[in-house]
Amino acid sequence: MSGRAEYKPGGSAFAHEILHRKDFWSAVLYVTLGLGTIIASLGYEFGGPSNMGPGFFPIVLGAMLALIGCIIAVRVFTTADGNPDLRLGFINWKALALVSGSTVLFGLLLPYAGVLIALPVLMLVGAAASRHFRIELRAVVGMLVLSVACTLVFVVGLGVPMPLLGSLFGG
Amino acid sequence: MDIFANLLIGLQTAGSLTNLFYCFVGVFLGTAIGVLPGLGPTATIAILLPITFTMGPENALIMLAGIYYGAQYGGSTTAILVNLPGEPSSVVTAIDGYQMARKGRAGVALSTAAISSFVAGTIATLLIALFAPILGEVALKFGPAEYFSLLSLGLVAALVLAHGSLLQAFGTVIVGLLLGLIGPDVNSGVQRFTFGITGMQDGISFVIVAMGVFGLGEIVANLGDESGRSVSGTISKMLPSREDVRRMAAPVMRGTALGSLLGILPGGGAMLASFASYTVEKKLSKRPDEFGKGAIEGVAGPEAANNAGAQTAFIPMLTLGVPSNSIMALIIGAMIIQGIQPGPSVMIEQPALFWGVIVSMWIGNLMLLVLNLPMIGLWVRMIGIPYHFLFPAILVFCAIGAFSLSNSTFDVFLLALFGVVGYVLRKLDCEPAPLLLGFILGPMMEENLRRALMINRGDATVLFTRPISCALLMGAVALLVMVLLPSIRAKRDVAFQEE
Repeated sequence: MSGRAEYKPGGSAFAHEILHRKDFWSAVLYVTLGLGTIIASLGYEFGGPSNMGPGFFPIVLGAMLALIGCIIAVRVFTTADGNPDLRLGFINWKALALVSGSTVLFGLLLPYAGVLIALPVLMLVGAAASRHFRIELRAVVGMLVLSVACTLVFVVGLGVPMPLLGSLFGG
Repeated sequence: MDIFANLLIGLQTAGSLTNLFYCFVGVFLGTAIGVLPGLGPTATIAILLPITFTMGPENALIMLAGIYYGAQYGGSTTAILVNLPGEPSSVVTAIDGYQMARKGRAGVALSTAAISSFVAGTIATLLIALFAPILGEVALKFGPAEYFSLLSLGLVAALVLAHGSLLQAFGTVIVGLLLGLIGPDVNSGVQRFTFGITGMQDGISFVIVAMGVFGLGEIVANLGDESGRSVSGTISKMLPSREDVRRMAAPVMRGTALGSLLGILPGGGAMLASFASYTVEKKLSKRPDEFGKGAIEGVAGPEAANNAGAQTAFIPMLTLGVPSNSIMALIIGAMIIQGIQPGPSVMIEQPALFWGVIVSMWIGNLMLLVLNLPMIGLWVRMIGIPYHFLFPAILVFCAIGAFSLSNSTFDVFLLALFGVVGYVLRKLDCEPAPLLLGFILGPMMEENLRRALMINRGDATVLFTRPISCALLMGAVALLVMVLLPSIRAKRDVAFQEE
């Protein structure tokens, strides 16, 4: 990773640099969200200053957001000089997929399999996101203890209505 | 003087056995999460919020406040022992605190932090008791125009104090404001941005947003860098010598003054206060060359400042109902769920609650001082807990917490979504705290702007013709101009680089 380098606008190195910039992607995000908000709000009444409709505030905010995105985008294209601080860096796709995936899995499993199965699955899939993940006795015992403890505290103690065993088991 | 009568009411509430218990639970949990790797007070408070729904309002608020300032204390402990600031406000403590520890004075550094925090906390409590009623009276004169301007000032301050690019922080705040608008529109009842999804008909719960962005998102970010940490050396001598006490007295007083002032500023004054205090002490010291090499003043001043700031941050929240940081925003959420509308009326209608929380903060600081010095061995062992044992448990608490909000799995799916949002924001260098603040303030801002303009028949100049409103907006503009000035901008960049 060398420091700053000169890029010619229009060159492929320039495009490569832009696509790996954090602020480029924030600009994309803000412009998309801003325009999306405006489009989604067109169906709501806009109203006037003295009687603002439900569309007024979101459209103003959406326009501001899109504008901010554009300003950032202009800055990206005028300052593309290979500054390493602005590079996107390593994206931990595995951890992102496993952590959010395990949470979704918990939500899917809960009504069908019940909390006694959904909790260990959540922990197992989630824990796999760590590079220290290994199936070992201590970890398995910890997982089971935590599952049972949580079930006792939340379902039995605090009365959170989660089925112990879900509909698959006739629960 | 009502102040003593008020504090007495508070003492009666906070001194009850149940509240002492919740105060202890709060500061204990707070210190623990401050010490444990990768779990911040925002995520913890979000996780615990569903549990507080079953408690009384005083119990809940006292416990949540305890977590908040307990975490500051735990954060300084890791800053001193392993040079890893547990909380942003203890970044400065790490500079000289860790050097003291390396010279075998870890115990002294820890007790200096605790004593400074306690002294600052005591003075800040008295300041709150003195000034909160005055501010509360001003707040009673607030109309929708003033509230809108105050909220704008709060958001601008949050922008200014956020890390990284101002524009990006501004964008994050707007995204937060927009997310806050999801759900039924208060005036017309129109469903906005719910796209016919049943689970979103009442809007998105701020607890889900906080748990997703600060809990799950933080986990993914932390998993990118899993380095172990361990405490080197032993902690023997705890008490500071007479010479140490003499050297820390003035820095503690100056730090308290700075912290109390800056803490009232919306947007994370406690962190700013600790930086300011460090700079001041270094400038005033007769031995500036000792700073960075284990100067006790460099621990005492910033610790006093951040604790005083953490206390006075409650003033705008308790008197105006306006949060000064994302944790205050969560506590406001907790109050609303308890059926209390935060604002100037709380002090008048619920004096026991108001003064109880204030006095409990003083009691909590006393507990931190008395209990934590003997418990230091426990904290040291907690510092070494590897993150890969810890984060699956955090996942579990987040998932169950999300489900229990309205007993629906839809909230669990939303949690996963906001986890992704939190990670993306971090990757793009957009700080998530302004998002949460915007999320909470969005509906309040819209409501007040609408009402202000409706009362004045659409005349927007009302925001500038009413004196308090105009002053607040001028404050917001002044803050923005200050940050955009090149010289201050450079300093701001340097201050954030040091972390």
